[in-house]
Amino acid sequence: MADVSLRKVVKRYDDVEAVRGIDLDIADHEFIVLVGPSGCGKSTTLRMIAGLEDISDGDIMIGGDIVNDVPPKDRDIAMVFQNYALYPHMTVAENMSFGLRLKHYPKAEIKARVTEAARLLDITDLIDRKPKQLSGGQRQRVAMGRAIVRNPKVFLFDEPLSNLDAKLRVQMRIEIKKVHQKVRTTTVYVTHDQVEAMTLADRVVVMNKGKIEQIGTPNELYHKPATRFVAGFIGSPAMNFIPCRLEDVGGTLQIRLTDRLAFPLPPARAARYNALPRTDKLLLGLRPEHLTEWHAHLAPGVETFDTVLDVTEPMGMETLVYFGLEGTPVCGRVDPNAGAKDGAPMRLAMDLNNMHLLNEETGVVL
Amino acid sequence: MSTMTIDKAGPRRNVKYGSMSRDRAWALRWSYFFLVLFAIFSLTPPLYMLITSLKSSAEISAATNPWWVFHPTLDNYAELLTSNQFLRFFWNSAWVSIIVVTLTMLISVPAAFALARMKFWGSATLATGVFLTYLVPDSLLFIPLFKMFALIGDWTGVQLINRWYVLLFIYPTLTVPFCTWIMIGYFASIPKELDEAAIIDGASWFQTLTRIFIPVALPGLIAATIFAFTVSWAQFLYPLVFTTSTDQLVLPVGIITTLIKGDVFNWGQIMTGALLGAAPPLIIYAFLMDYYIAGLTAGATKG
Repeated sequence: MADVSLRKVVKRYDDVEAVRGIDLDIADHEFIVLVGPSGCGKSTTLRMIAGLEDISDGDIMIGGDIVNDVPPKDRDIAMVFQNYALYPHMTVAENMSFGLRLKHYPKAEIKARVTEAARLLDITDLIDRKPKQLSGGQRQRVAMGRAIVRNPKVFLFDEPLSNLDAKLRVQMRIEIKKVHQKVRTTTVYVTHDQVEAMTLADRVVVMNKGKIEQIGTPNELYHKPATRFVAGFIGSPAMNFIPCRLEDVGGTLQIRLTDRLAFPLPPARAARYNALPRTDKLLLGLRPEHLTEWHAHLAPGVETFDTVLDVTEPMGMETLVYFGLEGTPVCGRVDPNAGAKDGAPMRLAMDLNNMHLLNEETGVVL
Repeated sequence: MSTMTIDKAGPRRNVKYGSMSRDRAWALRWSYFFLVLFAIFSLTPPLYMLITSLKSSAEISAATNPWWVFHPTLDNYAELLTSNQFLRFFWNSAWVSIIVVTLTMLISVPAAFALARMKFWGSATLATGVFLTYLVPDSLLFIPLFKMFALIGDWTGVQLINRWYVLLFIYPTLTVPFCTWIMIGYFASIPKELDEAAIIDGASWFQTLTRIFIPVALPGLIAATIFAFTVSWAQFLYPLVFTTSTDQLVLPVGIITTLIKGDVFNWGQIMTGALLGAAPPLIIYAFLMDYYIAGLTAGATKG
């Protein structure tokens, strides 16, 4: 087990910079998830940690040692691939023990480790089968088993659940979390699925265009996003961004969304935003769960307004409602019994205690 | 009323369904027609060889139905299989082919692995170059090659011309490029993650080749082996040019040079020799086809 550090790591392919100088410290035992849209450099970063890609600049350290020029096999890492990459001509047991056999471990120890990993992953019955006789979920378990038996310093996962169907993905997500709780190996996990990132990670690293946008715990990223990209990427449905500006009306700070729609800010928010120039083009960032149905006893800072719904999506435990505010599409989450209907008017409540204010040009959350 | 509606709907649905299956039936009929045509076309010459090989010389030259054997005899087979000369040709061919196949595989498998996987400067150009060398016809090469071996003989005193083992140097110029090309294709179809997994598991390039790539690409390896064997076994022009003494000849050249004397063609024995010569490749095909068809890569990755 070991910590992993990246110092100003750069990856260039000819003229294109895939990774543009990232710094990252991963503590021992930590479960880190790299998340971002495709092409953001997250897989490249993982492959550089694995040693499958050379780094163009910077340093990568595993357990305090710089490993820039250390070949993958000497980095003491194990990797789980998106398409499993099981050796098709070997049985499950042979697949799992391949690395140990190459290193000439004693047979008894190999057997003990394989048996233990198989027990941990609940694949003891499959040990003599070939990969083609296994289902997708079982293959993924074998791929994890192959990583576990090596007892490496670091686990690397490259979108391991992308090939599984939705139900199995949820199940395997829990399995991976359980396995990590048992073995406690430092883990770097790459995914484009923000739900996977939120549920698995101790800390999430949000990447965009080869740079790190923000590093934080899932809750920090959700509640205190640093940029518009993070605010929009984390959370489903995504955060609403509504053009707005600040104005002073009779000594109180107001946020004006449309000509007819303006709300006074709650005192805590007003104090925070008071220093901002009133001329700035701003965006109101509001998550759908903070746009709910109106009811009689609203807390302070929750404002009501009337709108006409475009579309409603009943999800069972909630209904998503979509409407427009001067051309900006907005999504809200209402109670399924609140009577939301396609094309019908509805009175909604906006919780400004949980609002974010963003600079429209820089995308920075203020 | 309702039964009437069903009666009406029933036949209409049947017609539609029937027209679809009729299309399929016609497609099948045409396929079988052309398959049978092709089978007749390709099986007629061997059949004619078999018929002729069972005839005596007298019957061959007699004006009877050439497609029928009136007095079947195994004399041609007995004579050839007891003739030391024919057996010598056979052994020469066998040795040349076995050694050439081994050499070819030892060269082309690592070469293909390097060209397909170890991305080095110029590897793509080199891979195309390998294939282009295969396109050079042997009728263009045999004179320069002959001069080359003659020069080697003059300079070093090592006489290679008119020795059966000179073919061991020549045949690989045909087999290595093509087998390398086939194996590049097979190796390229193996998912990249498989060798990355092996490398992370601690395998060297050589171990990745021997323990992962060769077992996984076994069907391709067998296809290449069959090809190399067939080329070596059936090669005619090079042995005709490079070997002349009777004890150095391989089967295809041996049959022609010893069984045709001037303008006398010993048709019965020529056909028998050709049939016996065709047997080893047939047997090898029959044994290896099962492996060849079995798709071993199934289950490696999701697909």
